[in-house]
Amino acid sequence: MPQPRRHADAPVGVGFKPQHLADLLAGNAVDFVEVHAENCMVAGGPVLARLARVREHCALSLHGVGLSIGGAQPLDEAHLDRLAALVERFEPRWFSEHLAWSSHGGTYCNDLLPLPYDAATLARVCEHVDRLQQRLRRRVLLENPSTYVEFEASTLGEAEFLSDVVARTGCGLLLDVNNAYVSAVNHGRDARAFIDALPADAVGEIHLAGYAEDRDAAGDRLLIDTHGAPVAEAVWALYRHAVARCGPQPTLIERDHDVPVFGVLAAEARRAGHAMGEVLATGSELAA
Amino acid sequence: MTHQADFAAALFDPARPCPSGLRAWNGSDPALRHAVHRNNVVVSLVDALADTFPVVRELVGADFFAAMARDFVCAQPPRSPVLALYGGALPAFIEQFAPAAAVPCLADMARLEHARVRACHAADAPALGATAVAARLARPDALPGARLALHPSASIVVSPHAVVSLWAAHQGSGDEIERVELDRPESALVLREGEDAVVVAIDRPTAHWLQQLAAGAALADAACAVPQLDLAAAFGVLLRHPALTAWEEP
Repeated sequence: MPQPRRHADAPVGVGFKPQHLADLLAGNAVDFVEVHAENCMVAGGPVLARLARVREHCALSLHGVGLSIGGAQPLDEAHLDRLAALVERFEPRWFSEHLAWSSHGGTYCNDLLPLPYDAATLARVCEHVDRLQQRLRRRVLLENPSTYVEFEASTLGEAEFLSDVVARTGCGLLLDVNNAYVSAVNHGRDARAFIDALPADAVGEIHLAGYAEDRDAAGDRLLIDTHGAPVAEAVWALYRHAVARCGPQPTLIERDHDVPVFGVLAAEARRAGHAMGEVLATGSELAA
Repeated sequence: MTHQADFAAALFDPARPCPSGLRAWNGSDPALRHAVHRNNVVVSLVDALADTFPVVRELVGADFFAAMARDFVCAQPPRSPVLALYGGALPAFIEQFAPAAAVPCLADMARLEHARVRACHAADAPALGATAVAARLARPDALPGARLALHPSASIVVSPHAVVSLWAAHQGSGDEIERVELDRPESALVLREGEDAVVVAIDRPTAHWLQQLAAGAALADAACAVPQLDLAAAFGVLLRHPALTAWEEP
């Protein structure tokens, strides 16, 4: 039987996997699920039927992975239409997308690709976020990316860049704590300082996931955002810091590879709930 | 070339150098870091194709499939962020892919598997049940001019190879794989029944008749176009499977 959560002060959820449908519907182990919008862009059939059942059961977060908000070219209006249709039909509680690009010249790269953080990129991203919010008629959450390279052209830090997007567009932030950790390690920075430099009030959802570890050409740690492992202890510690700074937030466990049974992911989600409760009760991000 | 165009081109072409303008905090070569994206892109798309074409993959083995799929991904990357139907061009690619020539049925197996994915994601539409079909068959005067609409999930696969038996064998639901006579021509009606994309073996005249109907021909014209048609058997397929959404009588 699913255990009711005792200490969460914000909802916790998991990325939805079709193989988990029966377990998900059988109880209340999680408060919400997240689905990738692009996976639901089909005309009919079991994908949409399942999503309708899930939506009746719990809250939904719709997570776009293919809009290419950081793209140098105008947003794909046909894709915006597809997103708007999903939002209208399934009425998700949250809609989020990424600070990244994925399409160019009609080719879709199926990866979240990095951006130089400069004035020109900032203007373009803000223009695209404005258009997205206008089309969806709601505030969207923008997710900080995992990155592996930096650009010689960058003049702004990532937190400064995101803060400026929030200030100019009024969008919220999806703080992916794993991405914050991965990027900090990959670029020799302090992940806590990154989180501290974000506008805490704008954060409206948190992601947690697992990474894989590699080495770069100099032999330094290079972390890869794989969504293929449990959340790392270093990321749990950073999560407590994020909760201490941003308050309890809807928190999602992402897992896309080596996906375990539902109960394992639900237990990670409950751990997030407990952590939020503890940080709130003790006023400290240090684990009891 | 703009920076993003350069970056995107390098993802799909291993011979291209790492894009310029990248750096790493420790001064290390950014090429190895850029390769993370190259790997993400190609592996994720090869994996997507492996999900869509599991029997093609079993027929040639995981390594051969991965190498072929990599070539396909780099030659014909996705044109849309919606990947559900990505790979529709793989059958034609396989036909031109010399190393696959040793498995002549491979392209048609890919057609069959892609038809199943299309069936799975096709629009929902109420199908005419067996009772409704039987009622129309009971009005012979109205039959010759009737026009039938196939369900959005339905498509026809016609092959000179035994792809239907081979596909069934790979599901564990037909003959043993070794016993399938590969040179026997086979055809299938692929459609969604409930939540499942099913593969219904049909004879070739029935397949051609259904193709005529799908193209809008009236029943009599479709039947005349296929001289070997066993009309009773063909109607039997329509009685047993939810393949029709409309049956307009003249």
